[in-house]
Amino acid sequence: MIDARIVKRLPAAQGGDPFELNVHLRSESPVTVLLGASGAGKTLTLNCLAGFAHPDEGRILVQDQLFFDAAAGVHLAPQKRRCGYIFQDHALFPHMTVRQNLRFAIQSSPPPRPGRLERHRRIQEMLEAFELADLSNRQPHELSGGQKQRASIARALVIQPRLLLLDEPTRGLDARLRASFYQILLSTKAKLKVPMIVVTHALDECFELADTVCVIDRGRLLQTGPKEQVIARPGSVELARLLGIYNLLPAEITHLDPGRKLSRLRLAGQEIEGPYLPATLRGDSGWLCVPRHELKVLPYPPQAGDNQLLLEVASSSVTARGVQLEFANGLVAEVSQSDYEDLRGSRELRVAVPRGAVHFLAR
Amino acid sequence: MGTLSGIDWFPLWLSLRVAALATAAVLVIGTWVAYMLSHKTFRGKDLIDSLITLPLVLPPTVLGYYLLVLLSRSSPLGHVYESTFGQPLVFTWQAAVVAAFLHSAPLFIKAVRAALESIDHRYELAAHSLGASELRTFFFVTLPLARNSLSALAALCFARALGDFGVTIMLAGNIPGRTQTLSVAIYDAVESGNGGLARVLVIIVSLAAIAILWPANWLARRTKPGIAG
Repeated sequence: MIDARIVKRLPAAQGGDPFELNVHLRSESPVTVLLGASGAGKTLTLNCLAGFAHPDEGRILVQDQLFFDAAAGVHLAPQKRRCGYIFQDHALFPHMTVRQNLRFAIQSSPPPRPGRLERHRRIQEMLEAFELADLSNRQPHELSGGQKQRASIARALVIQPRLLLLDEPTRGLDARLRASFYQILLSTKAKLKVPMIVVTHALDECFELADTVCVIDRGRLLQTGPKEQVIARPGSVELARLLGIYNLLPAEITHLDPGRKLSRLRLAGQEIEGPYLPATLRGDSGWLCVPRHELKVLPYPPQAGDNQLLLEVASSSVTARGVQLEFANGLVAEVSQSDYEDLRGSRELRVAVPRGAVHFLAR
Repeated sequence: MGTLSGIDWFPLWLSLRVAALATAAVLVIGTWVAYMLSHKTFRGKDLIDSLITLPLVLPPTVLGYYLLVLLSRSSPLGHVYESTFGQPLVFTWQAAVVAAFLHSAPLFIKAVRAALESIDHRYELAAHSLGASELRTFFFVTLPLARNSLSALAALCFARALGDFGVTIMLAGNIPGRTQTLSVAIYDAVESGNGGLARVLVIIVSLAAIAILWPANWLARRTKPGIAG
């Protein structure tokens, strides 16, 4: 259980505005992901949890241990918090071997400190669990990226932390290493039951790891919840924009039918159907929020099917996944390269919007 | 040039002893001060920083005069020293150690501070998060990471301590066989027209300086701060 209310003000950097972090994190999930753009305050939040930064106000409670309470004047030193911290570039001590890194950790760990035999046993256990036994006498510069990663997690876990904090752990790694890293973390989660807080700006990483997602933007918590809810049903236009996978188009509710659980939205002079929208009124204006990958683009000569918008193509660009089409009203859709061959040359195309994917955000 | 056998080697041995003791003192005190300046924020930090720089800019005579006043037999500090060690400090070889310390400490502190600041702070944070106290982090993480620059700077410090003249002659005087260090002996030899002795001593000092600086530079080049893990 993590309950952290953190207020931290930073003076204005050169030419910038002062920054205020004001978040309240509550999570009982095994893995909580702090998602946000760079400069949103994610790492600062992590540093406040670890004790590297001193909040101006607030209270931090982790697993029934009070880390910080501004009102009571409590600020537990980082040494006493037992928080494993995984740094972006691992920060393995370069002058020690892998085994010495782990030994330093366990000999430094806050009391009660294990005895000599127990220390040896735990180091050996960690080395084996993370496939480092054969590499234990190497120094960090003799390890590959993936091995360094495993070593840094083993070092953090050998002190049996209350909480594991990870700061953009896969930044700068290729897709293969990222995938293996997720595997390691997920198996750690299953085996060790150490709650983790992962900071990331990558949506895929968030989806891969998170049980609970906390989206932070400019020092504020935009939304907290299970990942399916936060990512599939963003609660605000800011969040939908931040996630970067949504089309946001001005729309108006023209029809609401609770009996048939249907709604109709007008946008760009055309109408589409969606699910019933509770807590809205006919005539409400707002935004249609629909993921890019849910849209289906069809050739102009009309085919049977409904819930389609007829839109003028503005531009197309080739991406790693296929072709991205941008329409005159700002809508963006992705099609595969082979599908694009059938669509090429048409000025107008039909875009099918699945009813279930329609999400309306009131203004 | 006269034969080497006719030369009094006392100034060389004295200089080596003085420089070694001064370097030892600078290593302990200077590293601590540099650590405080690089890692802590406290009131009066800028003032202390300026005071440390002062010996670099003041003429040695001015510095020597201050010390003479501060450490003379009639001063409180000099009195305490005399009652503790049973002899006055000024015009003894121990005063030459104080002079050499002041001559070499400012540069050492400034350079070590820069070296400590260039170490990636995350190593120290990582150690703290694992539970290591500040002292443990300093001895097992910070110091080993700064090892190469520290060794190079200690060598430099020794070379500089070997060469002090101004403060030494003000504070320790020029008593042959008791407080006459190498650089003072060279001055003395030139003054008394003993050109042969002066030449030999000058060559010895120069060779010693090169012998120290060469490996020191090599060590300093091997120092690569930053995340390597």
